[in-house]
Amino acid sequence: MNSFAEFLAMGGYGFYVWTAYGIALVVLLLNVVLPLLQRKQLLRELALKQKREK
Amino acid sequence: MSIIPAPIVRFYHRTASPPHFYSLANKLLPWLVGIFILLAGAGLYGGLYLAPTDYQQGDSYRIIYIHVPAAWMSLFIYVIMAVMGAISLIWRMKIADVVLISSAPIGASFTFIALVTGSLWGKPMWGTWWVWDARLTSELILLFLYLGVISLYGAIEDKRTASRAVAILALVGVVNIPIIHYSVQWWNTLHQGPTVAKMDKPSIHIDMLIPLLLMATAFKFYYAIAMLQVAKVEILKREQNMQWVKKLVETKA
Repeated sequence: MNSFAEFLAMGGYGFYVWTAYGIALVVLLLNVVLPLLQRKQLLRELALKQKREK
Repeated sequence: MSIIPAPIVRFYHRTASPPHFYSLANKLLPWLVGIFILLAGAGLYGGLYLAPTDYQQGDSYRIIYIHVPAAWMSLFIYVIMAVMGAISLIWRMKIADVVLISSAPIGASFTFIALVTGSLWGKPMWGTWWVWDARLTSELILLFLYLGVISLYGAIEDKRTASRAVAILALVGVVNIPIIHYSVQWWNTLHQGPTVAKMDKPSIHIDMLIPLLLMATAFKFYYAIAMLQVAKVEILKREQNMQWVKKLVETKA
């Protein structure tokens, strides 16, 4: 592998290789980001509920 | 219980209590993330750059560094879920329920990744995106088992009943795991046989094998990270009326 363009081309299989890596990356990122957002949302809701009860 | 020494029983109950598990998760997460980044970085560099081109498959084989570790994880996580199901049914351990249900979306994701990357590898190598062979079909059934666990849990209002239901489903579904593993030997089909997990020497070049094992280990750490993130939300939901969660909410607000 000499150049970056050659690296991206993956010997002609670039489309298959990078699509596979891209899909895996997106799915794995979602699995970490979604629960983080859910926890923030839940903590906000619980804080509101506690304020009302006081 | 009397045959088990008292300190072990104490340790078991402490670790298994939701607030303890929650703070343990918080302590572990930065370490898990750090180790994951190192392993995945080294694995990707080795797999995409250092490893030689395959003499038959060209560079298309590099999909292996996602495909095979993801497929291994899809089986590994299901076995963990079945074990957690058994623990939950026998000892009624709350944390086992939490780990079981928190693992399901990650297991489903790895199964999906294994199927999609396999398809993207199959198209240039086999000339088709999909065949109804034993390996692919049993892996697709695994995806449905994961989705079944998720939707069954969501469908039952009372979370204690829901936990028992998914524990039983996880245990019943575990028969699919050896079928997936041995499918390439029992039915001779398009999917290639094992190249790493063989009794004699693995039939894969060492420069290709090392990144593969690095990625497989990285995915184990990823699973721990993602599962703990989901588990934290699940614990907060279940324990929201407990004193420790109320205190936590106050300090965060």
